[in-house]
Formats: sequence, C-alpha cells, structure tokens
Amino acid sequence: MEILVYGIVNSVTLALMALGFTLVYGISGLPNFAHGALYVITGFIVWSLLNTLKVPYLAAVILALLVTGLIGAAIYYFILIRIRGMATSEIIASYAIGLAILEGLRWGGFKGMTYTLPAFIPGSLNLGGVEIDYQRIVVVLLGAAVMGGLWLFTHYNRIGLALRGMAQDERAAMMLGIDSDRMAILSMFLGSVLAGLAAVALLPLGNIVVEAGYNVLIMAIAVCIVGGLGSWVGAVLAAFVIGFAQILTVVYLEPHFQMVVAILAIIVTLILKPSGLFGRQKELEERV
Amino acid sequence: MAGADVRKERLDRGIKVRTSGIYAISGGKEIGYLILPRLVLIAGLLLLPLVVTNPYWQRVISIVGIYALLALSFDFLTHYVGLVSLGGAFFVGVGGYLAALLNTKLGLSPLFSIPLATVGGGLFCTLAILPCLPLRGVYFSIVTLMYPLLAMRVIEALNIFGGTEGIMGVASFPNRWVEQYSLIVVLLLALFGLRRLVNTDLGLVFRAVKDNDQAVKASGINITHYKTLAVFISASLACLGGAYLVHIYMWAGISTLALDFSIIPIAATVIGGGGTLVGPVLGALILVPISELLRAFGTLRIVFYALILMAFIVFRSEGIMVYAQRKYHQFEKWVQV
Amino acid sequence: MSGPPLLEVQNISKAFGGIQALSGVSFNVHSRDIFGIIGPNGSGKTTLVNSITGFVRIDSGKVNFQGREISNLPPHKIADLGVTRTFQIMRPYYSLPAYKNLIIPLFSPRARRTGGWRGGGKLGDRDTVGIDILEEIGFERDSQVPYKLASTLPTGYLKRLELARCLALRPELILCDEVFSGLSMSEIASMLPLIERLQMEGITLIMIEHRLKELFRVANRVLVMNFGQKLIEGSPEEVMADPKVKEAYLGSEDLSDYV
Repeated sequence: MEILVYGIVNSVTLALMALGFTLVYGISGLPNFAHGALYVITGFIVWSLLNTLKVPYLAAVILALLVTGLIGAAIYYFILIRIRGMATSEIIASYAIGLAILEGLRWGGFKGMTYTLPAFIPGSLNLGGVEIDYQRIVVVLLGAAVMGGLWLFTHYNRIGLALRGMAQDERAAMMLGIDSDRMAILSMFLGSVLAGLAAVALLPLGNIVVEAGYNVLIMAIAVCIVGGLGSWVGAVLAAFVIGFAQILTVVYLEPHFQMVVAILAIIVTLILKPSGLFGRQKELEERV
Repeated sequence: MAGADVRKERLDRGIKVRTSGIYAISGGKEIGYLILPRLVLIAGLLLLPLVVTNPYWQRVISIVGIYALLALSFDFLTHYVGLVSLGGAFFVGVGGYLAALLNTKLGLSPLFSIPLATVGGGLFCTLAILPCLPLRGVYFSIVTLMYPLLAMRVIEALNIFGGTEGIMGVASFPNRWVEQYSLIVVLLLALFGLRRLVNTDLGLVFRAVKDNDQAVKASGINITHYKTLAVFISASLACLGGAYLVHIYMWAGISTLALDFSIIPIAATVIGGGGTLVGPVLGALILVPISELLRAFGTLRIVFYALILMAFIVFRSEGIMVYAQRKYHQFEKWVQV
Repeated sequence: MSGPPLLEVQNISKAFGGIQALSGVSFNVHSRDIFGIIGPNGSGKTTLVNSITGFVRIDSGKVNFQGREISNLPPHKIADLGVTRTFQIMRPYYSLPAYKNLIIPLFSPRARRTGGWRGGGKLGDRDTVGIDILEEIGFERDSQVPYKLASTLPTGYLKRLELARCLALRPELILCDEVFSGLSMSEIASMLPLIERLQMEGITLIMIEHRLKELFRVANRVLVMNFGQKLIEGSPEEVMADPKVKEAYLGSEDLSDYV
C-alpha cells in the first residue's frame, strides 16, 4: 500500500517535472537544457514576491508563472532562434544558459536551507494506513489536471491544434500558414510555465536549492528518453515506470540509489532502444 | 578617395600548392614563415614556468596544462571523429581515481601511476562508452553527459573510494619543475602527435567517419573499430590530465567528476577555434587564468564562462585560431577599382 | 545464361511501419551483367539497393552472393565481400581533396588484401593509387581537379568520385543508385563508355536509373519495379514492349515517347 501510494505520488512528480521538457521538444524539436533552471527560478520568484513584496500567495504564483514563461520565450527569441536545428549547439547553448542562471542564483546568495515555500493546504491525512500530507495530494491532482488540460488544449483548441500540426510535420504546417517561429516561442512559453507549475507544486515539499535545478533536468531527461523523446503520452507512462522503480529501490535497497536508477534508465534505454519504450509506433499520433 | 572605389583584396601567400597541407618551400624566409608560429608556441610554453615567479600563478600553469589536455581530447573527438562527448569529466575522474588508487594502494610513484592510469583509464572509459558508440549526434551527447553524474552518484551511494571524502594522501611531484615541465612536454607531444595523426591515412578515416559514416561503411570499413580507437585516444588524454590533477592536488574526490571538467574544455575549444587542435590549447591558456582571476567571486566564474561559451556558439564564431590562421596565410591590401 | 548466378535475391520483403516498401522481390544477376532496375518514384528501388548492401535489415527473404548468404550482414562485411554501392545523394568527404577521398576505401581490409583497383597483390602508396583510379575514371591527371576539395567539385565529377570510391575496393559487383541523374547529355555520353569498360574488366553492375534511354543502351537485362513489387524482368526490348510497364510509368501512353 505504501509502495502504491508513494509510487503514484513520485510518478506524478516526475511527470510534472518532465512535461515541460517533452512539450518543447515535441513541438519545436528543441532540447531545452535550461529546463531545470527555469524550474528553480520560478521557486525563487515566488519566494521573493511572498517575502519581500508581500504579495498574496495565489497572485505570487500566477505572476511567477507568467514571468518564467516570458523568460523561456525570451531565451528562445533572443538566443536559441539563431542556432535552430543544430542540435548539439542547442544543447550546449541552452545548457550554458541554464548553468549561468543556476550559478548566478547561487552567487546571488540563494543557497542553504533558508528558502521554503508554504504548502497550499497544511496538514496530512491517513490513506489506508499510509500517512500522506495534503500537498502531495495536491501534486497528484494538479498533475492529473495538467495532463488532462494539455490533452484538451491540443485536441480542441485552434492554437493547440496548430502546435500539434507543427509537431507532426513542420514544413507542411508552415505551408498551411502556421508561423513556425511563433509556435516555437509559444512552445517555449508553455514549456517554461509547465516547469514553473511543477516548481510551485513540488517546492513546498522541501527547500528551494540550486541543486534541484540539475536534478530536475536529469529527471526530465530520464523520463523523456525512456518514454521516447517528444512523445508526451510516452513521457507519462515512463514517469510511472521510473517513479515506481525509484520507490522500489528506496524501499528494498537504499535511498541513495534513487538518482542512479534515473541515470541508468537513460543510459540503458538509449543503448537498447534509442526511440524509447513507447516511441516510434505512437510517434505520429501523440507527439504533442 | 576611400570608400566606393577601393576594395580589399586578399591573396594567398605563394607557397601553398595545389591543396592545403602541401607546401613548396624555397629559401629561408619561407621556412621561417612556416616554423615561426610553431616556435613561438613551443618556446612560449617552455618559458612559462621560468617567467612566472608567483607561487599561486605557478600552480595555475599546471592547471592550464591539464585543461589544455582535456580541450585537445574534446577537440579531437568532436571535430575529427564527430562524436560530441559532453562528459569529459568522466574521463578525468576515471584517470584521477585510478592514479590515486595505484599510488596509495600499490605505492607506485607518479612516474608509473600516471602512465598506467592513462592507458588503464583509457581502456576502462572505452569499455564503458562502447555500448553507446552506435548512437548518433544528440543521443551520444546526452548519454555521455550522464556518465560523470552516474559515476558520482554510484561512488556516493556505495561509499567506495573514500566516498564523499575522497582518497587522501596521494604523492606529489618531487618539485615544481618536474611537475610543470613534464606536463608541458607531454602536452606538446600530445598536440603535435595528434596533428600528425589526423593527417595520416588513419586520421583521414577518422575524419571520414565524421563527414559521412555511411560511405565509410560502404567502403568495407567497420566504423565501430575506428570510433573505439578514437575514443580510446581521446579518453587516454583526458585520463592523463586527471592523473596529473590528482597528483598535483594530492587528493582524488568526486569533484574530479565535476562539471568544470566537462564545460571548461568545451569553452576553451569553442573560443580557441574547433578543429585546429592548437586553438583549444590557446583557449585554455586564455580562459583558465581569467577563471582563476574570478575565483574570488565564487560561482560567478561559472556564469562567466557559461555566457562566453553561449555567445561563441550562438554567434557561430569560428574561434581565435581559425581567424588567425586565415589572416596569417593571406596578404591583404587595399586596391583601386 | 550459363553458370550459377553471381547474386540471387530470393523473395525479399521490407516494411517501414505500415508501408510495405518491398514485397517478395526475386531476381538473379549473372557475372558481367549490366542489370538495370527501373520503376516510378517510390517503387522501392533504393530500398532494394539498401537491402542488398545491408543498409536496411530485411524482414524476410534471402540474398546470396557467390552462393553465400549475405542477407542482413552489416554493410562493411558485405562491402568486404566485393559488393559495393554508390549513393543517390552524393556524399563525398567534403573536407578532403578528391584524391584523398579514395584513401578511405584504400585503407579498408579488402583493398589491402586485393591490392586495390587493378589488384596485383601489394597495395602501393595510397595517394598514387588514388590518383591512378581518378585518372582511370575521367579526372585529368595533370590538371588541378584531383587535388581540389570535394566540396568544390561539380556534380559530374562527384558522380565519378562515387564510382571511384567503389572501384578502389576492386569490387565484384557495383550497385549504382542513379549515377546519371543530374548530369547533362554530354556528361552521360562520356560516362557510358566508362560503364562498358568496367563490364569488360569483369565487374558486374546493377544500375538504378530514371534515364531509360541511356540505360537501355548498356543494360542487357532490366527489372521493372512498381509499388514494391517486381512487375516484369527481361531484355530491354521485352521491357519496352510490355504494356504493363507503360501502364505503370505513364498511365497508358506509349513508352517510346518517354524513352
């Protein structure tokens, strides 16, 4: 029971971390290695708004998500757009941006245990013999809502449909009058907002630390690669595979191995089946 | 009448014939023209330990040498074989830990532990990378990025090799002259050795794998063999750097697997000019001292070189060496139109 | 036709996802044939070449070369047996001069064993052998052309360079994927004697072509592909006269207009 509950919580957590990354890659083919930095920066923006400007929590969250989205869009518009399509350059450049943001934050004094966000709803409840706090339930519900929302958005909304079109065939979409650069900016905006959303939901469970940026990036990459790069249904499924694998190692082995599981998952998947566990056959249907 | 009726004319110097790399030399002046840049580099590097008197900056010379080796290793693998490895720190860590173990457990002096760590580490890294060799482009980069992280977490989790404490008490060099001159000589040997290698027939096969691996396969050549060999060469160089590092700091720890050893060599290569082999050495010579100057600012120096790296990549700069070589080989003059 | 076939293709099939690129194709190629393969775009010709040379794995069927099964061997092993190919999209080693492009095939185990083009045991200096091959195939030895960077060469020379890369291995069989496409009439005219000379040297050629007129002048057998299947096989005359071929190519008009 414990494994089941915490497995689900952990899996949804991973899915939340990864969805932004997979969305951007799925639509514009851009491996956004600044993803982890965007995650952390949201946390610090919310914290600053709450503690220095005394903005109400909800307003701070919404404002922070918007700002993060704009930062993401700006990164694409001013920097990455120049090296579009050169995959290795994109990785190195976006990674360098992420590094600069994270280490800049560290230099600016954001380190240690002092930065925390309050939980949405404090307290916990007993679920079939397992203690679980409300924040984790919020995470699961939010995760489900994001996945559902994304599905609705990409299937019933004009912009969503355009994004899906771009994901399937960029050139054909361009011929039908979809501006591929605008869509890519939009995808970066949405991806960054999703990274921020994950941060807002997950950070109250711990401290805001710079290292989280690197860990989130690794987790997002692990989930996306195991699920097949760019397929978000694959990513969700992979989140559950890795999520449960991690909980099982924690229960039966040792907590230290949690990260090892994720990194090994990346290496083993790439070596054995580079298209990912759920890649290839679903590629055309579910890229967004 | 400057402006409209004047244009810049560029002429290749006369001694290049037919194709790049073949020269027709007549007379001392032209020999001098070819030898001079090499001489400046060799003499400059050899004089460095004599000129620098401040003990702090003397240590920096060694660090520059190590980063130059790493950058060479990255440049060779990236621009001559087409494998972009983002996990150079893995090689450094393997070389470093191996040298430290050989020294502390078996009591081998640096004279033996460094060469053994170079070859042994190269073999170990090659075996570790072997399963990823069929991967192309981005996928290879992502996997290699994961290797140092994995090694770090495994060492932490299993608490082997001294865990987070590291291995202490590694022997140092007898004196700084041995340390610096052996490193500089090794660096020069590696540099000129690689330059020679990439122009041999074997080197051409490496370059062909980068240009067009399909055609190499169609020529009856097993590309995995050659990729393996190239990874071994590159990994050995980086392991050599790692072994030096450990003996200089007299300590091996997880920080030998840290990001710095993956990122700074890439930045040095990009700044110095990828594909020139000399460029990365020059890049390390520029970047590492600047980074040392910024040490007082803590992690700000990582921000600094991350931004430089990004700028060079985004503006698709050719790098210092490529620019310098072009200028050196051409006359430029303004002519009337 | 006498003797066992050099290359036997037996009932090979290949699907990409839901698309059946090849379904049950069989044919035999004999030594010293010039075997043409034609068919409309998307009929599976290039997939056929890729399957024979090991660049894609086939789902079922068998390929035998000199009586030995080569299906699904890795490409470099198949090339090592003497089955080489050119690429439709030419991909020379752009950063190398033309003659240095030949160093790579000359470096291969097969070339070292056979002595490269013309054979005769020991392989001499690779640069010299490379320039010899280029001269053989139409690069003027004393001009600048063999020394120019491959990225600066015009299409005609690049096509020849592709062939030269195959010849350097001293092959038994060359699969040419559209060596005439993109060439002018006069360039093709100068290539045809070269093809015939290769045949006289004892090399077997499989040629995929869209330029039917030129192909029919040199080929002695022709296979017509359509929708991944073998439509018919026969001499050029038989193929030209066959109504099914006209149908496949042009709806139902007269093929002689096309030729």
